[in-house]
Amino acid sequence: MTAQATRSPAGQRRAGTASLLRALRAEWVKFRSVRGWAAGMVVAMLVMLAVGLFAAGNANIACPGAPGQPVRTGPACLPRIPIGPGGEAVTDSFYFVHQPLTGNGSITVAVTSLTGRHFGGAAQAGQGPLAGLVPGAVGWAKAGILISQSAKQGAAYAAMMATGGHGARFQYDYVNDVPGRPGRPSPAAPLWLRLVRSGDTITGYDSAGGSHWARVGTATMPGLPQTVQAGLFVTSPLSTVTTASFGGSSGQSGPSQATAVFSHLAMPGASPGGWVGTNAGAGPASPGTGVGGFRRSGGTFTVTGSGDIAPAVPGAAGFPAATIEDHLVGAFAALIAVAVIGAMFITAEYRRGLIRTTLAASPRRGQVLAAKAIVVGSATFVLGLAASVILVVVGTRISRDQGEYVLPVSWLTQARVVAGTAALLAVGAVFALGVGAMLRRGAAAVATSIVGLVLTYVLGVAAVLPAPAAEWLLRVTPAAGFAIQQSIPAYPQVAGGYGPPVYFPLSPWAGFAVLCAWAAAALVGAYVLLRRRDA
Amino acid sequence: MSRAGAGRLRPREPDMTGQDLLRAGGAASRAAPPAGLSARLRAGASALQDALRAEWSKLLTSPGTFWLLAGAVAVTVATGAAAAAATRCQPGAPCQVDTARLSLTGVYLGQAAIAILGVLVVSGEYSTGMVSVTLAAMPRRLIVLTAKAILATGLAMAAGAVACGGSLLAGALILPGHGFTAARGFPSLSLADGPVLRATAGSVLYLGLIALLALGTAAALRDAAASMGTVLGLLYLFPIVAAFASDREWKRHLEQAGPMTAGLDIQATRDLHSLPIGPWAGLGVLAAWAAAALLAGGLLLRSRDA
Repeated sequence: MTAQATRSPAGQRRAGTASLLRALRAEWVKFRSVRGWAAGMVVAMLVMLAVGLFAAGNANIACPGAPGQPVRTGPACLPRIPIGPGGEAVTDSFYFVHQPLTGNGSITVAVTSLTGRHFGGAAQAGQGPLAGLVPGAVGWAKAGILISQSAKQGAAYAAMMATGGHGARFQYDYVNDVPGRPGRPSPAAPLWLRLVRSGDTITGYDSAGGSHWARVGTATMPGLPQTVQAGLFVTSPLSTVTTASFGGSSGQSGPSQATAVFSHLAMPGASPGGWVGTNAGAGPASPGTGVGGFRRSGGTFTVTGSGDIAPAVPGAAGFPAATIEDHLVGAFAALIAVAVIGAMFITAEYRRGLIRTTLAASPRRGQVLAAKAIVVGSATFVLGLAASVILVVVGTRISRDQGEYVLPVSWLTQARVVAGTAALLAVGAVFALGVGAMLRRGAAAVATSIVGLVLTYVLGVAAVLPAPAAEWLLRVTPAAGFAIQQSIPAYPQVAGGYGPPVYFPLSPWAGFAVLCAWAAAALVGAYVLLRRRDA
Repeated sequence: MSRAGAGRLRPREPDMTGQDLLRAGGAASRAAPPAGLSARLRAGASALQDALRAEWSKLLTSPGTFWLLAGAVAVTVATGAAAAAATRCQPGAPCQVDTARLSLTGVYLGQAAIAILGVLVVSGEYSTGMVSVTLAAMPRRLIVLTAKAILATGLAMAAGAVACGGSLLAGALILPGHGFTAARGFPSLSLADGPVLRATAGSVLYLGLIALLALGTAAALRDAAASMGTVLGLLYLFPIVAAFASDREWKRHLEQAGPMTAGLDIQATRDLHSLPIGPWAGLGVLAAWAAAALLAGGLLLRSRDA
């Protein structure tokens, strides 16, 4: 002891590192030599694979065939979804009254009215796309001016618009949305809109009277060609009628349609008779009615359109869409198994009395706990990563073969979802280890960890509790960590049912941080108790 | 303890009681005249009585039992009260809340404590080695398992009755203040109301069946932690997979087959036609799971070394 006291700080650090390495090696030997644990880890991953592949394999997509042909199934049903400039799936259907605009320039218009019709919840049995629509423009009905890179679906664009319920907006490239003046246009209070193109940038302005203009936002669009398409557009997204029932709520969606009246259209260099109407993106994958058109009398344009210009999200896209994390649904089953192993990694030592030997061999108890956490966490992470990669790669392929469209996401997001799922399992195992060290009894530790990690998730996603209570659980309990699996963000400018199990109340990393905080708290509690208690 | 000292830990005829062995004089057992059916039944009943008394002393003197039962009651009532306190019926808006089911939400949490009890009744003996003594003293293993099952179920249902009664009372006190009044179609929760009585008594039965499911699983797997993980995994697997199933038919089938999803349909008091499975049929599904676990546990217990 006296010899140690006179050691230099560096020497102490070296000794500490050496003893941690010894503890790590000891714990690794224990971990791999208990046959039940190794088998449990493998079973955990197999269950995760089985649940995920089962979920992917029962999509049962069917779609109507051509007239007179039987119903089609499988890949024949895969919708052709446009991909936006950012690589995300988008909805790009609207009515466009346009002509080419070459070089720098601007387009200005006054919107004097925006009205519409929307799905009212009544079933429509083949009476045409407009049957069963009730009067009223939906909140995200859009009418305004748009500059598009090309007529191609999914092309880059910037638009200034009036909306049914969210005031003036400047939106560009599907995912970006900037608010402008509040209010909905009327003949008494028209809304003036202007887009100015200058090189690679497009700037949106709005105004109440057409004389004082306020800048709303600027979009930079590298590679914007010399000649672009500019003009008036109208579109109106899916309308969802939510019916609350005693077991939760269910939504029914149908199309909507908007009609807008424009005046004072001005685009320097445009030919007054050159305006052409295009029903852009109408087709089976469009959420719209497919009906649209425009009428011109003097300087007034009346345009009707349906659809949306927005990112395609599950629930609002108008077609069955899966996400990559749908294939990782089995993670909770693996989490149960790794929580059992994590808790047993220490409670088994108490049961057998091995803990006394362990602590006699490495008296620095914090190091023992750290070594155990590192061993069980890393082993879980490695196996979880392998299972997640297999599931996302194979599951996505199975879903596509079934005719289910899997929403594409960037490589970075895929990596986050896959590695995040592995990390979720690893942190869950460490949490269970901490709980096990605190409680020392296997059954109690396993029950506490699984209730904390998985029951909270069940209650959060399975529509058992009223929505606010479920959301609260997914914010504060360890189940918040499942947010790391969410690949498609919730967009405020797209009306959709943004609830679990697809959407989490916290952002991916914030949710994961909540789980990490729980694991850290469990480890700190374990450390304090382990130091204070006799073995 | 040596095998010789423990007697025949693995009797060739497991149905033979110690008394049979004494009477028959060990090796000559096959030659002895068969006892009458009523005598055998009497012997079985008295063996069960002994086993019940022995198991009761064990349960009573184990410090965990009281805390587990008290914990089950506390978390059930607290969770139910919290769920009721978090739910409001706003004036003007439609409220579609099954108030009885909402008040009994705590069963989701309380069942974990009951499951621990069911697991520990069996696994606790394996972890301390006590099981060799128990089976030496009472060689008829199925009688031991039956005694354990009766006591665990009884205790679980006693705690369940307190917990569910308390939850209902909490709901009846809290909900009217949150807009769930008779004027809006939510009469005060009372056991005099048929469906509410069925939901409450059914929840108590549900907890008893969970104890049996846990006990059977523990008898099959022996290890406490592994049994606990298996029971909770079985309970939670179905609702999660159902939540993600894109196909409505599959979703319904999963909810009909899951021990928790089907079993807790007993709590529904409104909108019964929209349930995946009827209340009593759902409880029957859980009973089938519990019976399967007990069967597996019983068979393994009979055929294995302790």
